[in-house]
Amino acid sequence: MTLLRVQDLTVEIPTRRGVLRALDRISFDIGPGEIIGVVGESGAGKSLTGAAIIGLLAPPGRIAGGSVALGTDRLDTMPPERLRRIRGRRIGMIFQDPLTTLNPLYTVGRQLTETLQTHLGLSDTEARKRAVAWLAEVGIPAPAQRIEAYPHEFSGGMRQRVVIALALCAEPELVIADEPTTALDVSIQAQIIGLLKRLSRDRGTAVMLITHDMGVIAETADRVAVMYAGRIVEVGPVADVIGRPVHPYTDGLMASIPPLTHRMDRLRQIDGAMPRLDAIPSGCAFHPRCRFAMERCRRERPDLMPIGATSAACWLVQT
Amino acid sequence: MTRVQSMLRGREVSYEFDVSHPLLRRIVSRAPRRFLRAVDEVTFDVARGTTLSLVGESGCGKSSVARLAVGLYRPKSGEIRFDGQDLSAARAQPALRRRMNMIFQDPYASLNPRWRVRDIVAEPIRTFRLVPEGAALRARVDMLLAQVGLASRDGERYPHEFSGGQRQRISIARALSSEPAFLVCDEPTSALDVSVQAQVLNLMRDLQARLGLTYLFISHNLAVVRHMADRLGVMYLGRIVEIGAADIVLSAPRHPYTRLLLDAVPDLQGIGRARGPVGGEVPSPIAPPPGCAFHPRCPLANDRCRIEKPRLIHASGGASGGASGGASEGAGGVEVACHAVEEGRGGNR
Repeated sequence: MTLLRVQDLTVEIPTRRGVLRALDRISFDIGPGEIIGVVGESGAGKSLTGAAIIGLLAPPGRIAGGSVALGTDRLDTMPPERLRRIRGRRIGMIFQDPLTTLNPLYTVGRQLTETLQTHLGLSDTEARKRAVAWLAEVGIPAPAQRIEAYPHEFSGGMRQRVVIALALCAEPELVIADEPTTALDVSIQAQIIGLLKRLSRDRGTAVMLITHDMGVIAETADRVAVMYAGRIVEVGPVADVIGRPVHPYTDGLMASIPPLTHRMDRLRQIDGAMPRLDAIPSGCAFHPRCRFAMERCRRERPDLMPIGATSAACWLVQT
Repeated sequence: MTRVQSMLRGREVSYEFDVSHPLLRRIVSRAPRRFLRAVDEVTFDVARGTTLSLVGESGCGKSSVARLAVGLYRPKSGEIRFDGQDLSAARAQPALRRRMNMIFQDPYASLNPRWRVRDIVAEPIRTFRLVPEGAALRARVDMLLAQVGLASRDGERYPHEFSGGQRQRISIARALSSEPAFLVCDEPTSALDVSVQAQVLNLMRDLQARLGLTYLFISHNLAVVRHMADRLGVMYLGRIVEIGAADIVLSAPRHPYTRLLLDAVPDLQGIGRARGPVGGEVPSPIAPPPGCAFHPRCPLANDRCRIEKPRLIHASGGASGGASGGASEGAGGVEVACHAVEEGRGGNR
């Protein structure tokens, strides 16, 4: 069963110097209750994928092809007014910076009750009761008092808890979490990840977790999609992708993370940097940095090809 | 004291920020001045040619120590000596001042966008008049650029034309241009992607080996620190709670906070790991808890911890603890500021 199906999603950004292809035929599925991790380095298109799914692409970016379906509803062709009702109700969102997500002028309680009333049509007292329960659920001490507090009165970790409560309170089927722990210290990060995992398990909420941190993915996700230059280069069960990466980029990415258990003489590095959108190489976009690049890689673009439980977009899979 | 060749040594260094309300408001509301003690009696040594790392979460004072170490801040109390001389005296002498430099976190903010890379790298050379203008200076800048893996023609370009990793290379070239012996690196790779981070970390280790550099390396990332540090200090609310050989601190952490930090790091090996609950947050540094600042979050805290500030003491036992007490600084000896560890209540996991 599939909750979200993204097929050949292509996003283009028209500029004065021509049209840039920011996402190039992205395809993946999320099942109910599944946590899928989307990793990649800055500029790979992770956040853009999330934004495109929920129809929040910043203009002039636009969906130029493919489809996004939530259950039986096509999101990419849905009128904005209908899509607006789906956001928050059926798809919750958590962003990196909790301060910009919360309205500084409203109390935390008002923001929660407003969301609850808009999406679930609760009465004032019922919404307030539910809001207090949600604050307790995400681990905010003394929720009945804290509900009157403004966002600035909370610490960063507590604010992100409030944001999680906001994203989940309408009981959406899917939550898109874009770098939810990047702005937080490690000990707080561990708490937030634990919370997200628990809530998704308890409620059967599917999560699309966008992050650059492979460690977070390893501990949280069921499956992982690795992005590079606007494409998915490898997707599969988390243990396979991290333990036995197929794509040379995934492999290099893993090897460049310093291990905690021992000191290495040298880290394996991937020379160069990810290409800019206006200079994406022909064929496989990774070929200029790839140790195994062949003639074919320069000419022909590989699509995702299955190998075991994983799929990788690399000609090596065929050889 | 044995004659340890310390490049930099700090003794009970403290630093405070004045966070008082404006004068008028203080008079009206009769509020006293308020100070935030960012660094609280921190003692450290960085041996020549080695790396001391400081780790901790935001607000623990690690960046303040970095700024103290290059003289950007003046200690409120305590003493810092650079190459045997008092730091403020050393800063007054160009010959010594040019031997220390700093690399900052944000390679976008720390390079002047209106200057060509060549001039950015040459500025310290010109300031200290190390090399005459003209061909000699050109050659020197080319050499510095080559050292960090950039081409000579990159010198004619502007910072915005480079990626984050390349900009950090420019920062490193600039920091090396006055031929320093000692570099303070404040989160030099935190703004970079992991594949680029590996390039920069490899470069920094290579340069250290080649030029005999001494680093004070500040980071919040334990894995990065593991890769760079010879010695490691863990900071919490302005104090060093554990310091010693990086291998030992990370493989056999003693202080409950060090253990919490290590437990909290998400790990590639921890696929699907179910975490034990990690409670609490770092308290406000304006009003730190009395006694051991970590006691509200500490599973081992007792009454003594709530009253008495623990001091760093040599931890006994451990693989290379050096029970004779003869272990010099820089060897394996680990120091821990924790009553529970001192009393043997610590218990190893």
